[in-house]
This record gives sequence, structure tokens and C-alpha cells, in this order.
Amino acid sequence: MSTASAHHPKLQHHFVSMDQQFDASKLGMWLFLITEILLFSGMFVAYTVYRVWHPEVFEALSGALDWRLGGVNTLVLLASSFTVAASIHHIQNDNRKGLVRNVILTIIFAGVFMFIKYLEYSGKFSHGVFPGEAYAPFGDHYGHYADVPYAPQFFSIYFVMTGIHGVHVLVGMGIFAWLAFRGARGDFSSEYYTPVELSGLYWHLVDIIWIFLFPLLYLI
Amino acid sequence: MGDKGTFWMPQSASTVSGEVDALFYLTFWISTVIFLMVVGAMAYFVIRYRRRSESEVPVDEHDSRLFEYSTIGLSIVLVLIVFTWGFKVYLKLNVAPPGAYEVQVTASQWKWDYTYPDGTVYAGDLHVPANRPVRLVMNSMDVLHSFFVPQFRIKQDVVPNRYTSVWFEASVTDTFDVFCTEYCGNQHSGMLGKVIAHPQEEFDLWLSEAGGGDLSPEEYGERLFGQNNCNTCHSIDGTRIVGPSMQGLFGSQRQFASGESAVADENYLLNSIVAPAAQVVEGYPPAMPPSYGSLPQDQLNALVAYIKSVQ
Amino acid sequence: MSVATATTEIPGKQVTYLNHEKSIKSWLLTLDHKRIGLLYMSTIVVVFLAAGILALLVRIELMSPGRTIVDAQTYNQFFSLHGILMVFLFIVPSVPAILGNFIMPIQLGAIDVAFPRLNLASYYIYMVGGVLVVAAMLLGQIDTGWTFYTPYSSRLGAPIIFMTLAIFIAGFSSILTGINFIVTIHKMRAPGLTWNRLPLFVWSIYATSIVQVLATPVIGITMLLLLLEKTLGIGIFDPALGGDPILFQHFFWFYSHPAVYIMILPAFGIISDLMGTFSRHEVMGYKFVALSSVAIAFLGFLVWGHHMFVSGQSAVSSIVFSLITYLIGIPTGVKVINWVGTMYKGSVSLKTPMLYALSFLFLFSIGGFTGVMLGVLGVDIHLHDTYFVVAHFHYVMMGGTVVALIGGLHYWWPKITGKMYNETAGRIACALIFIGFNVTFFTQFVLGTKGMPRRYYDYQPQYADLHALSTYGSWILAAGLFLVLFTFIHSLMRGAAAPSNPWGGASLEWTHTSSPPSPHNFDEQPIVTHGPYDYHHYYHGDGQSAEAELAPPSKA
Repeated sequence: MSTASAHHPKLQHHFVSMDQQFDASKLGMWLFLITEILLFSGMFVAYTVYRVWHPEVFEALSGALDWRLGGVNTLVLLASSFTVAASIHHIQNDNRKGLVRNVILTIIFAGVFMFIKYLEYSGKFSHGVFPGEAYAPFGDHYGHYADVPYAPQFFSIYFVMTGIHGVHVLVGMGIFAWLAFRGARGDFSSEYYTPVELSGLYWHLVDIIWIFLFPLLYLI
Repeated sequence: MGDKGTFWMPQSASTVSGEVDALFYLTFWISTVIFLMVVGAMAYFVIRYRRRSESEVPVDEHDSRLFEYSTIGLSIVLVLIVFTWGFKVYLKLNVAPPGAYEVQVTASQWKWDYTYPDGTVYAGDLHVPANRPVRLVMNSMDVLHSFFVPQFRIKQDVVPNRYTSVWFEASVTDTFDVFCTEYCGNQHSGMLGKVIAHPQEEFDLWLSEAGGGDLSPEEYGERLFGQNNCNTCHSIDGTRIVGPSMQGLFGSQRQFASGESAVADENYLLNSIVAPAAQVVEGYPPAMPPSYGSLPQDQLNALVAYIKSVQ
Repeated sequence: MSVATATTEIPGKQVTYLNHEKSIKSWLLTLDHKRIGLLYMSTIVVVFLAAGILALLVRIELMSPGRTIVDAQTYNQFFSLHGILMVFLFIVPSVPAILGNFIMPIQLGAIDVAFPRLNLASYYIYMVGGVLVVAAMLLGQIDTGWTFYTPYSSRLGAPIIFMTLAIFIAGFSSILTGINFIVTIHKMRAPGLTWNRLPLFVWSIYATSIVQVLATPVIGITMLLLLLEKTLGIGIFDPALGGDPILFQHFFWFYSHPAVYIMILPAFGIISDLMGTFSRHEVMGYKFVALSSVAIAFLGFLVWGHHMFVSGQSAVSSIVFSLITYLIGIPTGVKVINWVGTMYKGSVSLKTPMLYALSFLFLFSIGGFTGVMLGVLGVDIHLHDTYFVVAHFHYVMMGGTVVALIGGLHYWWPKITGKMYNETAGRIACALIFIGFNVTFFTQFVLGTKGMPRRYYDYQPQYADLHALSTYGSWILAAGLFLVLFTFIHSLMRGAAAPSNPWGGASLEWTHTSSPPSPHNFDEQPIVTHGPYDYHHYYHGDGQSAEAELAPPSKA
């Protein structure tokens, strides 16, 4: 594919200008985010339906989740959203070091989030709290939920929603690792930072979904 | 069953079926008239405005907004008329009259069981009094089923862990088909039955004898074999359908897929009905559902007695 | 603006997208929207053949009551796979992925879609989905129909895992294509190509893409939950674990009803273009036709419950869903009337594509009216899950979408391949398809009203004659479809070279590209000054004679 030499090297041949290319990518990303919202909304509907049918079960069982761990994770994700925004700000000012530093910070925050998630999951698995048919809780903290009807549904919904959210966090970590590599290589500048901007949009969405998940599952 | 219906609809045999048919024919004729107008205009334009020379370029007409809006307006009016009527018929189909005779329906792969108010359990065919509203309260033992009687124009899905209901009032005494219309596995198309509408006295008589009465165990078993649709998978003349034939089964040596073997005695026959997956005969699929295990003990005994007698 | 293209039309010398690169790699890893369209076409034709053969086997089995050729288990798998292949791997991607990919960017005056690499990725994601479907097929046991109702589906054996995964993955392909097309239509239009000048095919692809983007994620999560229900028993849908099977139906139809508009809307676009070109007349009510696509796309999200009138959902929901269902009939009726009206005072040419367009109007109208009848609450109770429904959706999907697709393929065939096809063979095939289709499926309306339930392996003797007739019809239909295939193959091998504008179309793919187009579609950026159906401009616009273009192609 030939590229007109007068153009920016990142301009693909089928676009007329960098602006058109950037606008197209951004619109595409927004559409993709809409599909992500709809994917999660399916699970939010399942949550709502079961909550409406069995409100007392959901109220009781939200107590089985540790709101302190969830709260710390919320703060961690908010901090990571801030570092993502900062990385975009830096690259807009051609500060490549600032970009790479903030992207790496984002990866670290995401890692902390996943580590805390790991603690939560393993704490439940070690007490027999599994999604679905394998649900057989025992021990001090979970044992008394063993015979609560629809408790398996609550934990299934919890695991499915946070699990799919967790997969999104892992994907985000991969994307940011790639951004850090490309940023350090000097691929980005104030003229071309589309991947940084789009990854930022994605990350904010992952963050926002958690902002909804946390109160719905842990608090109410 | 002879067809006593119109070109489109089967025999009309319940108190609501006439109204459903009237509604059907109303929409049918409205649709047909508009359809013929559309196709007629199409045919006329094709002939009238056929291309006469390759270089012909007709003058564009300006669109008529009035025409567009009047089309939309007219279709809204038609739609509202049909909707209102459809809504009324639906309400009638949906709300059973008070004091309806209630029968409990249990669906399972692949048979219908009916429990009457006096506790009688009868499989296969539904006997009801004619000219009296009958309400069916339905529940499934396993997967989704759907209860459909074309001549009554009624249909309702049967769902596990939830009751659904449907009602009808047979206006003629006759025998009608019952179909399952929600796909439920291998023998979905064999999940058939009949509704038999009796005059009230005849129905009362039937109900008093329905529990098997003074039939011998073999005769009662033979009836149950048909009512429970056993015969859709098991022949009694040696032909292979889905499962093994019952002919000469009792006392024969059975070779199982697991490699084991056994002689078919009474316990084997009973076990094969109650827990069909335990000993699957070699060369046959493990296709029999476990739902027959819920038959009452006296019916199981009668079935075993009947299968023993098939030689 | 110039009408004729600069490229000379001597076959063999001209540089086209077909011959500028020849290696297999240049096809399999192409980023050219035209070549990707052809990759899709080859795959989708194979899927259609496979699913069509399954349909013929289903019909042969149903020719007489009881066992005809296969046992119940095999029959149940046949109709399930026929449905799954046709819905998820054939008809959902068909028009957008083949003609949308090939024609739509050219109609926009663009060099390519907005994201060419994403476009190629969509194709391979679709292939992964297809391979998983084949794997699930070969492992056997899938006899759920294409609807996967729980708890039957969640209690089946392991192959259902592959099948749900396949549909989840194929869904991504659909989503990415939708995103790509929306962005392309928003951002890649040629100078002067305003929204009011978009060909109606582009409008319909736009509406389709919106539905793809908004609905497909929901089938994704539904299939994922079904997968987890099967593997972990999460108890959302299976009543034995405390779940609700009706909830699954709501999830499923929330996607699958809008999905029928994914299937039919692009066909509307094809028909609009065909009616315009072959009547050589502005499409009547352009704005009404364009906006009714968008109206249908949005209303389509509010009617899923009409699939569940007898499922046990509440009566109130049924009534609301019924009312909205009628409302969808109105924009659809507007379209049909405008298409017929397009011929009024036009210059109607009965070339093969136009015959398909007229067949579409006939068959789709029947499909539409029977759809409204099914929306009538009191009547649907009787007709639900009978052959009436089977006939209805075949009239819409096959009589509608497939007939439009074949018509569109004939219409754009000279553009895509640079070859003309045999007009007589094309017309005979169309007649066979029209007759065969009606014999096959009109009988099924009568079967349905008489009470014949769908998905039945065996049936009562009173239905035997109509079933046999339907089977005979399917053979005529198959003969017509094979004749189409042979006509196209013959055209590829022996067809005369196509001029750049054999039909006298007025949109950019006819006026500004050669047949077949050059690798980058246009020699210079087209500038649009008029609407897509402005034949006056094309023939008389700036004093250029179009006579050369109008000469019938010589038989080389």
C-alpha cells in the first residue's frame, strides 16, 4: 500500500487527512464502547431481575462481600483513571517520558486491583463459595449462607459480572503494556496519539462499570 | 378424524374458536385485498410503463406528500381496528370463566398426564365433559412443552417450576388432537394425545372407571403402554424403533453397553422403566427419559405385567 | 463531472482489483474491501449450499409420515443445523458482508472502509465461528433448533458448548462489521455526498449496522450465560437450579427479533436501488424510504415479546408487544408502496435483477401480511409454533432477503466480475425460484392454520398431501438455485466483458468506476452534485451522451 510521501507517516492511504483518520477512529471506539455497555447491561438485567424477585436474599448476601476490599479497589481504579488522563495530557504536550511513566503507573494500579480481586476470589473458593452448582459454603464467614435459597444465583451473578470485568482489566493491562512499549520507542507525539486516546476511553469505561458494580454488589 | 373445517381452519369445536376464525378471516381478507391491489398496480405499471427504447429517460414526478401521509394514516386506522379486536379475543382466551372444571396437567418427556379433581391420574388422553368450561393448570417435570388443540384454537407453553393455565369449552362431543408445540427432544413429534369430549353423564361414568377399574393387570398395562406413548419407541412385534422391542423380552438374556449382562426378570423390567440409564442394552442409544419413574406404583406393576405378557 | 471513466475497457489489459496482485497471500491477507467481500462471498455460498442441502433432506424426510430416510434424532439435528447455519452464518452476514463490503464504499466514493484491517479481522473471526459450528455439528447431539431454549439446551451434551461459543464469536464479527460500516458512512463520504444523496442501499446498510451494534452484544452475553449454565450450572435459566427459562427467551429474542431486521433491512436497500435503476425513475418517497429503515431499526428493539405470546409471560406485556408489532408494519408498508410507485411513469425494463425485485415485492408482501396476522393476539395463539410461522419467516427471509440478495448479485455481478451473465438463463432461474418457492411454502401456510406443529419428525395422516406437495416444490426451488449457480459459473468462464455501466445506473459504482473496479476504486476523487437516482443528470446532465454506455453488451 503506497502512502503519499507528503503526508504524515501514520496517515493510512484511504483517509484524506489526519483529522479524518482520528475522528473515524474515535467514532469507532465510541461505538465499540456502546457494545461493551450493552454486553454488561445483559448482566445488569439478570442482576435486576433476580434482585426484584428476591430482594431479601440480595440484601443479606451483599454482607458476604467485603466492602473494604471493594472500596480500596474502587479507589485504585479511580487513581488509574487519573494516570490515564495524565498520560494523554503529557503526550499532547509531547512529553513522552510523562506518557510512559503514567502508563506504567496505570499498569501497576490495574495489577493491584487484580491482586485484591485474587484475594477476594481465593477467600471465597477456600470456603466452598463457588459459582453455580458447586456452591457449598462452610466455615465461620460463609457457612450460614449454605441454605439460603437463591444464594447460588447471587454468587453466580457476582462471579460472572466481576469475572468478565476482571477480564476487561487484564485486557487493559495488555493494551497499556503495548502502549508503554510503543511510547518508549517514540511512536507517539502530539500529532499522533490515537491509540493512547482510544485506550484511555476504554479504560474509563472499565472504571465506570466498576463504579456501578461496587455499590450494587457490595453495598446494597 | 374427518376434516370439518374451512379451507384454512380445521373444525371449529370450542366456544371461542368461532371468534378466532372470524378474526383470522378479517385479517386474511383485509390482507388479500391490499395484496391484490399492490400486485395489480405492479402488473399494470410493468406493462403500461415498459421500456420502449433503450435511450428513454422519463420525466421524474415530484413525490406526493399527501399520498405518503394518507397511506400512513389509513394503515394506522386499519391496524388499530384489528388490534382492538385481537385484544378482545385474547382476553376471552386468557380469562377462564369462574367455576370451570379444573384438571391438573403434568407434561414430561414425552407424555401428558392428567390429574382429575377426585385424584384419578390418567395418562395420554384427556377426557372432558362437553359444553362446560374446563381449565387446565399445567406444569412440566423436565423441559418446556406446549399444549395445543387445533380444533379449540388454544395453545399454552408448559414450564417447569411454574404453573401456566389455559381454558376451553368443547362445543361438540368428539375426539380432537393434542400436540406438543415446543420442541422437547427426540420424540417431540410423538408427544401426542387426544381430547375426548363426552356428554356430562358419559364423562361421569368414564371418570368412575378411569383408575383401571376391573381390568386385569395385563389389560391395564396394555392401555398404559399406549397412553404413556411407550409404543413410539418400543414395538411389540420385534421391529426396532428407538429402543428394544418388547417381544419376547421377558426371560431373555440382555447384553448391556457396559459389557455386563443379565436375565430380564421382573426387577430388571421395573428398573429399566424407573432408571433407564442404568442398564442400556448394547447397540441402543441411552435415549429414554427418566420421567416414567414418577408413575404410580400400581401403574408400574401393570406395565411390568403387560411387558411380561408380550411374547 | 465526467461520466465515462478514463480506464480503457480492453479485457486483459486493464488493471483491476482482481488482477493487480495474484498470489494466494494477496487474497487471504487482503485489506481491499472488494476482495474481502469476495472472501465472504465464497464462504457464504458454501454455508448456503450446506444449509440448503440440509433443508432438502428435511423436506424429503417430511414427504411422507413416519420414517422416510432418517430417524428422529438425525432429523432433529438436520433442522437444527439448517436453522443455525442459515441464521447465524448465512443470512445475518450475507448482504452486509458481501454486497455491503463490495458496493457500499464505492457508492460513498471512498477508497476503502474506515478500518480495513478490522474488516479482514471480522472475516477471520467469522471463520473461527464457522469452524466451531462445524466442530459442534460433527460432535453431534445439537437438536435444539436455532433458538436454544433452556432448560433443554443447557442439559444437552458437550457439543452445545462449542455451539454457544461459535455464536458468541460469530457475533463479534457482526459487531465489528457494523462499527466499521457506521464509521465509514459517517466519515468517508465523497465531497458533495450529503445524507440526502446517499443511495438507499447505503441507508439500509447504515440502519442494519446500528442494529448489529446495539443487538449483537446481547446475544453474546446470552450465549455466554448459557455456556456458564451448561458448564457451571449458574442457575440463571435452568428451573431445576432455581433459574427462569422465560428469562432466557427474553434475552434471546431481545437480540433475535432485531436480528431479523439485520437480515431484511439490507434487502430493502437492494430493492430500492433495483427499482430505481430498472424503472429509470427516482425512487418514490426517497426520504420516507430512507427514514423508514431507521424507524424499523429502532422499533425492532421493542417487539421481541411477540415471540412469547404463549410462553407464560404476563398478558399486559403481550398486549403492549402486540401493539408495537403493528406499528412496525406501517413503515414497512410505506416502503412497499413507494417501491411499486417508483415504476409509475417510469421506464420499466424486465432484466433479471428487476424480475427478482418484482418477485421480492410479491413474496415479501405475503410475508409481511402474514406477519401482521401473527401479531394479532387472538390469532397468534392458534398459529404460534405451527407451520404458519415457518412459512411466514421463510417468505420474509428467503422470499425477501435471499431473493433480494440473488437479485443484487445479478445486478452488481458485471461490476464485481467484469463479466455479463446469460440473461435467458437468469430469467428462467428466477421463474423456477419463484414457482418453486411458492409451491414449497404457500402449502405450509395451510398446514399451519390446520394445526401442523413445527419441528415435527412425524405427523398425522391428514397433513400428508400438503407435505408431499411442499417437498416437490423444494425440488423446483433447488433446481432454480442451482441454475443461478451455473449461470454465474458459466459467466465467469464464458461471459462477455461487461461495460462499466450495463444497466444505466446513476450511483457512483456505475458512473465512476470501471468493471471490475481498479484497486483503489476511482482514478480521481469523485465529487457528487446530484442524487443517486437522478437519471436525467446521468443521461443529459452535462451534455455528455450516454449512448455508448447503453448499447447492449456484445456477445464476445
